[in-house]
Amino acid sequence: MNDLSNLSALELRDAIAGGTVSAVRAVDAYLEAIARREPAVGAYNEVLAERAMEQAAAIDRKRQSGRPIGPLGGLPLAIKDNLCTSYGRTTCASKMLANFQAPYTATAVARLEAAGAIVLGKTNMDEFAMGSSTENSGFRPTANPWDASRVPGGSSGGSAAAVSARLCAAALGSDTGGSIRQPAAFCGVVGMKPTYGRVSRFGLVAYGSSLDQIGPVTQNVADCALLLGAIAGGDPADSTCLDRPVGDYLIELEKPIEHLRVGLPREFFSQALDAEIASSIRLAAEVYQSLGATIVDVSLPHSRIDVDGEGKVSSYAVACYYIVAMAEASSNLARYDGVHYGHRTARDVEDIVDLYCKTREEGFGSEVKRRILLGTYALSSGYYDAYYLKALRVRRLIKNDFDAAFGHCDLLLCPVAPTTAFRLGEKTADPLTMYLEDIYTISVNLAGLPGLSLPAGLSKTGLPIGMQLIGPVFSEDRLLRAGRMYEKASGVSGLRPEMTKK
Amino acid sequence: MIDAADNVTPVIGLEIHVELATATKMFCRCRNHFGDPPNTNVCPVCIGMPGVLPVMNAKAVELALKVGTALNCTVAEFTKWDRKGYYYPDLPKNYQISQYDLPLSLNGWLEAPLAEGAVKKIRIRRAHLEEDAGKNVHDHPAHTGVDLNRAGVPLLEIVTEPDMNAVEEVMSLARAMHRLVRWLGASEANMQMGQMRFEPNINLHIAHGGAIHKTPIVEVKNLNSFRALERTVEYEIHRQYEAWQADPDGFRLEKMGKQNRGYDDAREQTVFQREKEEAHDYRYFPDPDLVGVVVDRPWRERIRAGIGELPLARRGRYMDGYKLTFKEADALTQDAATGDLLDSAVAAGADAKRCVNLLLGRGAAIANERGCSIAQIGITPAALAELAGMLSGGTINATAAAKVFDTVVLESGSPMVIAREQGLLAVRDGGAIEAWVDTAIAANPQAVADVQAGGKQQKKAFGFLMGQVMQLSRGTAEPGEVQRLLRSKLGIPVTD
Repeated sequence: MNDLSNLSALELRDAIAGGTVSAVRAVDAYLEAIARREPAVGAYNEVLAERAMEQAAAIDRKRQSGRPIGPLGGLPLAIKDNLCTSYGRTTCASKMLANFQAPYTATAVARLEAAGAIVLGKTNMDEFAMGSSTENSGFRPTANPWDASRVPGGSSGGSAAAVSARLCAAALGSDTGGSIRQPAAFCGVVGMKPTYGRVSRFGLVAYGSSLDQIGPVTQNVADCALLLGAIAGGDPADSTCLDRPVGDYLIELEKPIEHLRVGLPREFFSQALDAEIASSIRLAAEVYQSLGATIVDVSLPHSRIDVDGEGKVSSYAVACYYIVAMAEASSNLARYDGVHYGHRTARDVEDIVDLYCKTREEGFGSEVKRRILLGTYALSSGYYDAYYLKALRVRRLIKNDFDAAFGHCDLLLCPVAPTTAFRLGEKTADPLTMYLEDIYTISVNLAGLPGLSLPAGLSKTGLPIGMQLIGPVFSEDRLLRAGRMYEKASGVSGLRPEMTKK
Repeated sequence: MIDAADNVTPVIGLEIHVELATATKMFCRCRNHFGDPPNTNVCPVCIGMPGVLPVMNAKAVELALKVGTALNCTVAEFTKWDRKGYYYPDLPKNYQISQYDLPLSLNGWLEAPLAEGAVKKIRIRRAHLEEDAGKNVHDHPAHTGVDLNRAGVPLLEIVTEPDMNAVEEVMSLARAMHRLVRWLGASEANMQMGQMRFEPNINLHIAHGGAIHKTPIVEVKNLNSFRALERTVEYEIHRQYEAWQADPDGFRLEKMGKQNRGYDDAREQTVFQREKEEAHDYRYFPDPDLVGVVVDRPWRERIRAGIGELPLARRGRYMDGYKLTFKEADALTQDAATGDLLDSAVAAGADAKRCVNLLLGRGAAIANERGCSIAQIGITPAALAELAGMLSGGTINATAAAKVFDTVVLESGSPMVIAREQGLLAVRDGGAIEAWVDTAIAANPQAVADVQAGGKQQKKAFGFLMGQVMQLSRGTAEPGEVQRLLRSKLGIPVTD
């Protein structure tokens, strides 16, 4: 078993393709790891053991008969539970959809399977992807594999924890305001939020439709390139997905970028940032400098983070994000009403409105209700201009700042989150503090840009610290190559928590 | 009754919903078809399941643009989709994809024909595209069913300015709109199938005591027939006038605002539903799942070019060019294809008037029997032109031509060949005609006596004998020769 969990997804892929490891053995090894470590982590909402074994056997037969098994042939992957699969359940970690079985599979997942990947199970998350700690799961929280008393981040906490604890070879998450990048940082793995429109959203249960993107959560940058290449590309089922050619992100991955200009957005290094994280990012800048890159001071004025005399943090981007995302969410979640599918109240109802109210009261958790209420308010007549329209204008200004910054540099280097993984329960009492977890990630969603989160080392207390690379639209190849440059030069790659070494 | 001393002006606007005749729905590939078993034309997209996304049907946009252009609207260069939020079981997403601030078409007009030839220009405020909702079905004692076959069908909402001031104007506009959307092939507009629905807004402006009193504006939802529309408008005009008479100071727009009323089909009355102040806040916002639509100039020009001649223009051309009466021209411009048939026959060299007589004679009768348009009875322009040519050349008489027309419609084929095979060509041969005349005279002594007696019965009896001869000849005898022979044999003057 141990020799298998030492392998990255890319290495495992090569081993299966080369015949040294069978797909059945790979799935078996991960199922064994799940049996041993999953009880302590709680990354999965559902493990599809039987189906995964059947898929693996089919891959092996295919390989033995000399047929191609695909670029991801035999890789056991975990899928966030807001990505629809025509097998198993798609719950969004909500009581509302606790027994929901989708009759279709998300395009991104279907593409992974078409490339030979095997879906091992569906991972836990904050309900409907609303949260930054996975504590908003309607079922149970997930533990951080580095310290079980801490959160794995969120909302893709299950996917990040599963990769970190080697309960799968790699995973898919979704990122609306940082939901891939922040848990990746907390769990010491790599996560990418692609350009808006790079990956089809068909089959991703919508939260904030203009912000949502599906992306890989992986052990290292090369695995990220492997998965992204499989899921990216146009889709006739998603009008917002661009039909733009997808290159092979692995081909030039090992080739360093010459004359790289790395921008440090000065607004991101305020007193809101944990000192240890700040120094990790500066250290990473020095690594790039040692590789011949130029460090450029850039400004993102509308993504500025203010801290007042009492230490209260505020940010235009956070305010803007929560208006836009909640407005969209209030509309996207209107369909869960107990009429056509999903949870329906078992209590007596007086009329249809009573059915709606009781069903939604029972089916949604408190954070989901909070966001629906706020979003409904922001869109209401009389408030629309002051909230929603103003937020759209701020969003445009934020995007313009990035465009201007990329006139001076090729990519931005900045933190992923203001802190390392916090303790379970530490921030649940104050939603606003929780929202500030997204302070360095949400501008990227608002501007539709790609962002890569990768480990920058460990803190003194032994918790992973993440760093973020942000590029212009469709610069995923550049981010991956730059990420790989850092991995090679720093040696920080494939971090493994203690629990995986036993 | 309305007191003549009160100068009462009804002020009426219409919202018209038109389901577009696309093969598939607005945002998915389900069949757009009426009358199938409940929930058979549905998919995850139109029943609003989690994670699915709408994809726009370009054909629906094309048809909507066509209508907008034909309504003389300014067609938007950029248009987008918005979500209109409200909870209802027949609306699976609990929002409707519609268009809010940037509709496809704005500021047009349509001419409503009034008395012969006269028209009134009714301004069109906007025409926007949206998805239709499903239907709640109340055919079960304990439950309400939801049929989502209609959910997602493309629906064009046309909103007029309140430019209509009489029930006749409303009905004329409604009929003109019905004819136009069918003419353009944009909709079947079958009202029994709900493919065209009306929502009038009605109030009265009453000049009274030197001031204008405005009654509360009433909106009546979902009228599914011309009759319901007509009855609603008539009923509301009288109801509002009487309510105002009973309380001239209280029953006023500024005091009572707007209200929604429904139409009671059985009683042919409107009934109160709710005050408009209780209306929903729809929380419109741009749909992030869809991209905007750019209607560039080449597209707009292609649409314009594809529209061709519109009904009223064609009707005018028929009156001026073909010298048709208003009635004839109007009957031939109820749909585009019937006029196209006529124009093609004329282009093939036929005389217009003769074609029109054929089309509005047997053609209209057959169409009426079959419940279809004249063009749909199945005569080709070539056959029509040939038959008209035979009439012009005297090769066939009108009565026989009607028989040939029926055969052509039933079996198709060349009118000349059919007439020859059935022995229906005109007979000028005096001997043959004389034999028929003699037979008729011998068989009808009373008519002969009436003719010869002169007086009041003469004309009628002569006509009867003419008819008998024509019948014996199966319409082939040349009528002039028949008349000449009859007169000479009955001994009455050859000329009237």
